[in-house]
Amino acid sequence: MINVLSEIPLNYYLTLSAILFSIGVIGVLTRRNAIIVFMCIELMLNSVNLTLVAFSAFYGNTNGQILVFFVMAVAAAESAIGLAIIIALFRNKMTVNINEINIMKW
Amino acid sequence: MGLELIFFLVIAVAAIVSAIAMITERNPLKSVLFLILNFFCLAVVYLILHAQFIAVIQVIVYAGAIMVLFLFVVMLLNLADEVSPNEPLTYRKTIAYLLSGIVLLEILLGVGLPFAGGNIVIQHQKAIEIGTVESIGRSLYTEYLFPFEVTSILLLAAIVGVIVLAKKKFK
Repeated sequence: MINVLSEIPLNYYLTLSAILFSIGVIGVLTRRNAIIVFMCIELMLNSVNLTLVAFSAFYGNTNGQILVFFVMAVAAAESAIGLAIIIALFRNKMTVNINEINIMKW
Repeated sequence: MGLELIFFLVIAVAAIVSAIAMITERNPLKSVLFLILNFFCLAVVYLILHAQFIAVIQVIVYAGAIMVLFLFVVMLLNLADEVSPNEPLTYRKTIAYLLSGIVLLEILLGVGLPFAGGNIVIQHQKAIEIGTVESIGRSLYTEYLFPFEVTSILLLAAIVGVIVLAKKKFK
């Protein structure tokens, strides 16, 4: 069995993941285009995947990577449904600006 | 500083820069392309972590399938450039930046600051073995067989849902 000696500490992966997640949060909160907001959510999902894979490699446990597999399957379903909703909204209101889509507001 | 660390830092900077470019770009099409670049960078990071299967899936499913779907929708809707995504700081935006800063700080404090001492450097002995298709496939078809089958129902529901939503008229 080979001893995997990596120079990169676990913290570096977690920090990269945290920075990407925060960029995703900024995008969701500041952008007004529904498609961009949706892409930022994908970015946040991916940063969490990075955390899972990093822990999986550092603790020698397969379960983290299995969870990433399921997250990707759910993300695929979610993005297909979300884009269909955006297309339906665009067909009705002719806009994807989330400031103008307010029919559910009270 | 070793070669591996330099390589990782270059890829990490590329991932962060492409993510920032994604949220600041006013053309949605370029935004999608920057996100694809970001996903490729993440795939390389997965390879550094010896997770070959996840890296391949990342390129095929995320960069290949999901982002093509986004690209397709952006081109279908033919959106114009946003008027001014970089408008002067409003009340709402200030709160948004403040909140995201707090989120970042909180996570960093949670995981331990990157350059503090006491880092775990050595990956587990089994790190090379667990990332292979063989290892993940075995685990997926034995221990996780039921969730795996349920995923197929989820995808079927998604297909039906998309067709219903994208129909000409709601009834």
